[in-house]
Amino acid sequence: MLLKDEDRIFKNIYGQGDSGLAAAKSRGAWDGTKTFIDGGHDAIITEVKGSGLRGRGGAGFPTGLKWSFMPKDDPRPSYLVINADESEPGSCKDREIMRHDPQLLIEGALLSSFAIRAHVCYIYIRGEFIRERERLQAAIDEAYAANLIGKNNIHGWDFDFYVHHGAGAYICGEETALLESLEGRKGQPRLKPPFPANVGLYGAPTTVNNVESIAVIPDILRRGGKWFASLGMANNTGTKLFQISGHVEKPCVVEEEMGISLKQLINDHCGGVRGGWDNLLAVIPGGSSMPLIPAHLCDELTLDFDSLTKLKSGLGTAAIIVMDKSTDPIKAIRRIAYFYRHESCGQCTPCREGTGWMWRVLQRMERGEAEHHEIDLLWDVTKQVEGHTICALGDAAAWPVQGLIRHYRHVIEERIDARKAREDEATPANAAE
Amino acid sequence: MAVRRLHPLQAGGFAFSDENLRWAKETIAKYPEGKQASAIIPLLWRAQEQEGGWLPEPALRAVADMLGMAHIRAMEIATFYTMFQLQPVGSKAHVQVCGTTPCMLCGSESLIELCKTRIAPTQHTLSEDGAFSWEEVECLGCCANAPMVQIGKDVYEDLTPDLFEKVLDGFAAGKPPKPGSQTGRTASAPKGKLTSLKESVTAGGKS
Ligand SMILES: Cc1cc2nc3c(=O)[nH]c(=O)nc-3n(C[C@H](O)[C@H](O)[C@H](O)COP(=O)(O)O)c2cc1C
Ligand code: SF4
Ligand code: FES
Repeated sequence: MLLKDEDRIFKNIYGQGDSGLAAAKSRGAWDGTKTFIDGGHDAIITEVKGSGLRGRGGAGFPTGLKWSFMPKDDPRPSYLVINADESEPGSCKDREIMRHDPQLLIEGALLSSFAIRAHVCYIYIRGEFIRERERLQAAIDEAYAANLIGKNNIHGWDFDFYVHHGAGAYICGEETALLESLEGRKGQPRLKPPFPANVGLYGAPTTVNNVESIAVIPDILRRGGKWFASLGMANNTGTKLFQISGHVEKPCVVEEEMGISLKQLINDHCGGVRGGWDNLLAVIPGGSSMPLIPAHLCDELTLDFDSLTKLKSGLGTAAIIVMDKSTDPIKAIRRIAYFYRHESCGQCTPCREGTGWMWRVLQRMERGEAEHHEIDLLWDVTKQVEGHTICALGDAAAWPVQGLIRHYRHVIEERIDARKAREDEATPANAAE
Repeated sequence: MAVRRLHPLQAGGFAFSDENLRWAKETIAKYPEGKQASAIIPLLWRAQEQEGGWLPEPALRAVADMLGMAHIRAMEIATFYTMFQLQPVGSKAHVQVCGTTPCMLCGSESLIELCKTRIAPTQHTLSEDGAFSWEEVECLGCCANAPMVQIGKDVYEDLTPDLFEKVLDGFAAGKPPKPGSQTGRTASAPKGKLTSLKESVTAGGKS
């Protein structure tokens, strides 16, 4: 069964209604906010823990638990930083929240900041989202004007919310690169530990959360952690914005229950795979960094963190890239390899050199201009990158290539053999000698 | 990593307009005392807008000076972040075509071909009349509306080569088309009938 409209958190995700404050209030935003603040910091954290919410930025780390790592009485200021870098290929959900349901995000930012005892929140929006930035700023201005946020606001917790932006660098989605960038430097990830909860923005305790993680907080508090936990599946609770791109009849962004089956999501919301379910070649289930899953494993597939991890892939940002049988899987992954080569920040040798190397080899493999033994060599290189770098971009670059070799080794081999056969044919003299 | 260098030809000086200077001061005030370096990306971006879409070297120095940073730090920022254009761009449009896999699956290669024949054979090169330039960029976060391009502040989505031509024609004539989906879709809703939120469109949600 599909998620009922009454259970949706994002009631204006397509912008059919107005995104302004009055309309947002009529959809339920800013209702009872003060009660939650009056209940105290820890009550909010407990409720969020009880909801089972796992971070929506890709890694799926429990949000309430993350908040509980923040120091309780530290002389330094605490910061909430919202990650709106949204650059993982396939992902396009935070954009919809910012431009169509911004008041939920602002209310969530106030409540989350209060929970971690922060009076200031910065949101880091990818530079290309210029209209989204304008829309969110207008919504923030409206919230200030209504005294919902700011100094001496009606909720009794001083709170300033600032919009910041990047200028084109996927790596700034990695939380410590984001902090570097926000401090005015190149977005090069920091070594962890220390973790941002201890040494984050300007050396102060900081929590970094994804836009969607923050925007669902008000509804979790209003309807109760139990309500959220009753949706989805155990350990994978709640609703989630799925983003379906590629070879479906009707690509879209849609809020659904965690753990919905891939087939239902595609058939009921996206008008099916182009050419029918049997025409499916593979899906990339969680944004470009997640290994692809071939069609024969897709029939029963459910979309939640744990099921996908079992298949050596992941839910990531729940960005599902669908490929039908017209797709050349080597080419699709070669373009992803190019992306990681382009976006590597260059600090670690395995990532800087490995991403370029993987891309170049895949370029040759796409044309069949390789030898069989190079497939193992390529696998080996992915293993030298994976786990040997400062940040997870190295892993993100290695995994899609591993997925390709795991499931489409035969396609690479056939391509090589076909190229050799063509060459033999073109030079019959040599063949005879 | 991409290799990015400053343009060999650089203009004389740079100063923010009065309005932009006021804006810059407000922006710097968003960050705590002593942390004004945080404002570098927003300020360089505003400088690029003021300079017609690219960032000449004198602007780097002026912004670094404003923020009390060494010039080399501003250089690092300008070369690291790919939205900073280090050479002049088309006077009517600089077209950023998304080429990453989700857009590629939906036909972005044909859009890139069109850029090559209609604008210039290579990226970051002005068209003969100086009105257009183009580049291939990485995922712009609009994948459910692929393929797409960004021109200036706006995105043009759900493109085909024909629709893309129309967008370019619009810019050439000084009448840019309405941004967003070029097939008339509502944002990232599935085309045609809605599959969710059918009620709330008519119920209390709309003001
Ligand atoms: C290379 C890389 C890119 C990332 N990009 C994003 C991003 O665009 N948005 C995001 O929210 N998280 C991104 N993350 C994850 C963040 O580091 C961080 O885990 C997340 O913002 C935490 O928020 P959450 O706990 O609410 O999920 C990225 C991680 C890596 C390694
Ligand atoms: S893994 Fe890659 S992106 Fe991450 S810090 Fe190292 S070089 Fe930079
Ligand atoms: S791949 Fe083109 S917008 Fe995401």
